Amino acid sequence: MVDAVVIPLLKIVIVLVATLTAVSYMVLLERKVIAWTQARLGPMRVGPHGILQPIADALKLMIKEDITPARADRWVFTLAPILAMVPALIVYAVIPFGPAVEVFGRPVTLYITDINVGLLYVVSVTSVGVYGIILAGYASNSKYPMLASLRASAQLISYEVAVTLTLVSVVLVAGTLSLVGIVEAQREAHVWYLFAQPVAFALIVIGGLAETNRAPFDMPEAEQELTGGFHTEYSGMRFALFFLAEYANMIVVSSVATTLFLGGYLRPFPNVAAFGVLDIVPSWMWFLLKSFAFLYFFIWIRATLPRYRYDQLMRLGWKVLIPIAIANLVVTAIVRVLLVARVGADG
Amino acid sequence: MPDHPPTLAPPGGPADQPPPADLSAPRFLVSLQAAVPDAVVALSHFVGDWTAIVAPARLLDVVGWLATAPEAAFDWCSDITATDWPPRPERFDVIYCLYSTRHRHRIRVKARVRDDEAIASVTGVWPAANWLEREVFDMFGIRFSGHPDLRRILMPDDWQGHPQRKDYPLEGPGELLLENPIDWLTLRQSRDEADIE
Amino acid sequence: METPAVHHGAMFDTDELVINMGPQHPSTHGVLRVVLRLDGETVVDADVVIGYLHRGIEKLSENRSYTQVILLTDRMDYVAAATNNVGYCETVEKLMGIEVPRRARYMRTLVCELQRIASHCLWLGTHAMDAGAMTVFLYAFRERELILDLFEEYCGARLTYNSMRIGGLPQEIPPGWDRKVREFCTIMDGKLVEYEELLTHNRIWRERTKGIGVIDGAAAMAIGLSGPSLRGSGVPRDLRRDEPYAAYDEMDFDVPIGLAGDTYDRYLVRMEEFRQSLRIIRQAIDGMPEGPIVGRVPRLIKPPAGETYHAIESPKGELGFFIVSDGRSMSPYRVRVRPPSFCNLQALPQLIKGHLIADVVVLIGSIDIVLGEVDR
Repeated sequence: MVDAVVIPLLKIVIVLVATLTAVSYMVLLERKVIAWTQARLGPMRVGPHGILQPIADALKLMIKEDITPARADRWVFTLAPILAMVPALIVYAVIPFGPAVEVFGRPVTLYITDINVGLLYVVSVTSVGVYGIILAGYASNSKYPMLASLRASAQLISYEVAVTLTLVSVVLVAGTLSLVGIVEAQREAHVWYLFAQPVAFALIVIGGLAETNRAPFDMPEAEQELTGGFHTEYSGMRFALFFLAEYANMIVVSSVATTLFLGGYLRPFPNVAAFGVLDIVPSWMWFLLKSFAFLYFFIWIRATLPRYRYDQLMRLGWKVLIPIAIANLVVTAIVRVLLVARVGADG
Repeated sequence: MPDHPPTLAPPGGPADQPPPADLSAPRFLVSLQAAVPDAVVALSHFVGDWTAIVAPARLLDVVGWLATAPEAAFDWCSDITATDWPPRPERFDVIYCLYSTRHRHRIRVKARVRDDEAIASVTGVWPAANWLEREVFDMFGIRFSGHPDLRRILMPDDWQGHPQRKDYPLEGPGELLLENPIDWLTLRQSRDEADIE
Repeated sequence: METPAVHHGAMFDTDELVINMGPQHPSTHGVLRVVLRLDGETVVDADVVIGYLHRGIEKLSENRSYTQVILLTDRMDYVAAATNNVGYCETVEKLMGIEVPRRARYMRTLVCELQRIASHCLWLGTHAMDAGAMTVFLYAFRERELILDLFEEYCGARLTYNSMRIGGLPQEIPPGWDRKVREFCTIMDGKLVEYEELLTHNRIWRERTKGIGVIDGAAAMAIGLSGPSLRGSGVPRDLRRDEPYAAYDEMDFDVPIGLAGDTYDRYLVRMEEFRQSLRIIRQAIDGMPEGPIVGRVPRLIKPPAGETYHAIESPKGELGFFIVSDGRSMSPYRVRVRPPSFCNLQALPQLIKGHLIADVVVLIGSIDIVLGEVDR
């Protein structure tokens, strides 16, 4: 009973609360980091060094008037932010924050569940998120959001194929779709997949930026071009949902990339006993540190680069990323077959 | 109130100083007068600027020659504007400021038009004239025949009147709109005089 | 669309979409409105609607004294107010035949070039911001702030300087100011490298600007472009060199031109102008002659009857003043401003046709307009 219901429920609550807090502080982190990049201070008023800013923001958004444009498609208009937010949250069900540990003498796994098609689940669920954007643009019945939603659809098609193909090559190397399995495979392989699959890693980073609508691929919400993009007509908490979904997605992408390429919750050199001292830092902390490095990279990119034009992203997606992804997949498959054949011959 | 009565009539037109006798006009102006005869009504020279005053009917001939003739080569239309001299029958001066990037010289071409008269558009010679003529139309109500898109540009589309005319009061219409522009100019003149005292 | 299905969004049925960009839009640099007819995201046709900031400065000038008009010129190109002051004052001086002392002419050159850097900083920042590079925006504003500080120390104002008088300048430069200007030049040298690192060789920036809004020299001349926008198309026309005013005839500087006439070349031209301006500033400071700063000006500014047109090279292009005096009034009979932004903006529909929405904002930034000057 406790193992089947209470502990999973507790874990879900903890992950949800932690995620939402992380998301709001992610916003603060981004503002701070970008401010420092740009030789300014960022939020300084609410709490010391603006530490309470996310709370003030949340309060403000909650008490804002919630406006639905008169000629909007009401149901879809309401549904869209939910559709953007929910997938971003349920992905956390399969993210392994750490291996099984003992809590009060009871073995507890530091992930909510480990399904054997974990990676497929991640890919599918995150793809649903973009429907939130498309529907928001459509339901607003307004021209700028509509253009943004068209951009989002075009963008989705351009990068999703490449990203998925790239993930397949990682799966080929690991031999499993389970995220925990992939981490453990990296332990057995004695190498992070960042080094085994560098091309795939680069593709995932680019695809991850596009997936989360982050600069330089933030066309659907390019405020300089499309005023606010797909959320132009949104206000109050519904706007906040879109906003939070974007940051939640960033964390998802960082977590997945960490799991796939940076050894997830493993400490550096997990098989070298000499580095055993590193075990002082708990495994989930390693995971967070690696994810944080990723997030920082995302912010850094945003502060540095101008924005791509959407036809250029399409060109990049179709003419560069997808061919590379396919080539990478083919090479990986051939090497894999050869290795298996040799192992089979040896065995 | 000033001692002298406000009888100072508004100026009847620009000074248009004739060039000094000992100063010869630039060569292209002489050629212009030969190439397009009877079009240039007068030449004026003031603080180094040459102005050719032309008959409005011959304007296109003149600017066409100025734009294409190698010795003039006015390939860049710097500005088009107008001035309003209400007492004069040809009330408006339409002024074209031209510049030649080849010879780096300037000339002003000036045409006098009546209120009810349209002047030929020079958009065919310099596309840059498009907005400039629209602004002159907007501000003075001078019509340009042959202009591709003669709409108001700075004022709202439904605006009444043309603000840069001298009989259009600074405060806007409705408050001080006098029947006779001369009255208003005289009023302004007396106000100026009062300021000086 | 082929199937006549029932769509909720009515826009999905139309082939072309008419979209209003502005007057409230983040990237129109003020209250500019561009009515775009779109096919997908491609601009088929564009109509530029201006006049939202029309304050009737030309009309107001006819009702102010010659000296009071200086302060109105501040409000036109408010990011380069001192340049406007210089242009207007020189025109009145030309009308009255006033000789400006050499020191005043040097100081005007100095002020104009500082102003050009400030204006180009604003252009660079907003231009890069429109393309999504937000850091450049803040960097450029940081350096613009230094210039505003210099101006504040000189004339007390940070935006609308009213810093010129007919016949010269209102006051001497404060002690130690020249040293601060020199320091600024040193700082700026380094910062220019920083901007260029972020943009010039940035692949995305080049892809966003190369081949965008191409206009060749002849077309640019015909549509009336001037200033850096014209020079980007390869026409070497700079009034500072061609019709020297202030002390530019004594300065040594180059006029950069572009070759391709696209957004990237216009960008490169302005980036080089930063350097040339710094060069001029250093020369003006080093060679600053001693002497009075105001010429022999009559107590009553009342030019003889006549009219004149005088143009200077503002950061945006040819800024011309056409002033008519009736010879007896204290106020000009007519003041006409030839606003470079207005004439450059005219080229916008031609430039953006066939490009995407994302390019529209880049091109608006590329021709560097200030709506205060467009609408006056």
